[in-house]
Amino acid sequence: METPLSALDLVLTGDPALFAIVRLSLLVSLSAVAIAALIGIPLGALIALTRFHGREAVIVLLNALMGLPPVVAGLVIFLLLSRSGPLGALGWLFTPQAMIIAQVLLVTPIIAALTRQTIEDLWIEYRDELTAMNIGPLGRVLTLIRDARFSLVTILLAGFGRAAAEVGAIIIVGGNIDGFTRTMTTAIALETSKGDLPLAIGLGGILIAIVVIVNALAWAVRRTGEAIAG
Amino acid sequence: MRSPDSELPIAFEDVSMSAGGVTILDHVSLTIEAGAPTAIIGPNGSGKTTLLRAAMGLIAPTQGRITYGGRTDVAPIKRALVFQRPVMLRRSVAGNLRYALRAASVPRAQHDARIADLLTLVGLATMADRPARRLSGGEQQRLALARALARDPAVLLLDEPTASLDPAASKNIEDLIRAVGARGIKVVMTTHDLGAARRLAGDVVLIHRGRVVERAATDAFFHSPQTGEAKTFIAGDLLI
Repeated sequence: METPLSALDLVLTGDPALFAIVRLSLLVSLSAVAIAALIGIPLGALIALTRFHGREAVIVLLNALMGLPPVVAGLVIFLLLSRSGPLGALGWLFTPQAMIIAQVLLVTPIIAALTRQTIEDLWIEYRDELTAMNIGPLGRVLTLIRDARFSLVTILLAGFGRAAAEVGAIIIVGGNIDGFTRTMTTAIALETSKGDLPLAIGLGGILIAIVVIVNALAWAVRRTGEAIAG
Repeated sequence: MRSPDSELPIAFEDVSMSAGGVTILDHVSLTIEAGAPTAIIGPNGSGKTTLLRAAMGLIAPTQGRITYGGRTDVAPIKRALVFQRPVMLRRSVAGNLRYALRAASVPRAQHDARIADLLTLVGLATMADRPARRLSGGEQQRLALARALARDPAVLLLDEPTASLDPAASKNIEDLIRAVGARGIKVVMTTHDLGAARRLAGDVVLIHRGRVVERAATDAFFHSPQTGEAKTFIAGDLLI
């Protein structure tokens, strides 16, 4: 049973290569979620509160995109960023930027679709009261986002869970370059196929720990929200 | 001449309202004057709530018009409506009032004092920090009343304020309605509780099938009803 022990050793001794991988993973996924939130929350709120031609189709599409396969997202961004692609001049292929963009593509539909549902449900509940209080369009949006904030945090954490766990998109556009674009999930895929199990197990343990912590946070946020807002 | 910002009288001029081919209000002409509370009574589905929402300005008449102090272009700033099932915002008790004060453009410096006054008025002073959605039905109704009063309305519209409350909670609300009326705020309330109408109202409007059937001072209405519908309704028989 040498393998799990050496994995533990890597974690406990703070192996620098391992922690560089963890750092990059968090950097990529957190950046992607932040950007996706800036796009997805206003977009979701907009769809929730407006009526336009083709709205139903947009909602169906958005819900479908929640299940977008990561490898397809990776392929799309690869084609955009490849040297002959429309954004090839940026030279971002096989960089962390490309990985962030690919994860933004994965996470934005999740945040937008869940925000749309949350804001729309709250709007149905609040509509009469806010109208009777003579609240204008901007005030309505701000009120709904504020009062749904605990649900929105949970949505962001769901988005982060998706980003942190996926491997298909970032391995295509990042290339899994050692010390540059190697993340926990891409490293696990590589090390397992190479047979370097201690590193793979160590990273797997850290990844699971992060996912558990994120879910514990989501739970705590929900409980706090209930205590504060009912 | 009335002062230009006067809300009263609220005059329904031949107002009809229909939705999906169903007539909800049928040529209603009704003038609601300043003074003691006006009770709008009638069986379920007679159009009471629609009348109240139209008076608030939440829905526009299909036909006819509603004037406030003789004018039609009056923003609903000096009117407030408490719904039959008021929705508590996901905030504390005090937070709900603060929201209403901000919506009514009350200067921030006055918020704390106004909130304290309103909570004392409705008897929720010890619950300021509780989540509003955790309050009991009667407490939520009182908070909704305080939230409506935060707008400093000239006209307070109440939709079935005591429906689904137990007698103690109902008495609480009725006392509050009297206190509000004593402050010079015109109360217009729908109810199908004849006892509440008799105790609170200065005049009564009976609505049936979207039409105003009878309108009279409370005493006259209950002692010498003029129409068959009013006699039936007061006798407690089913008015269908």
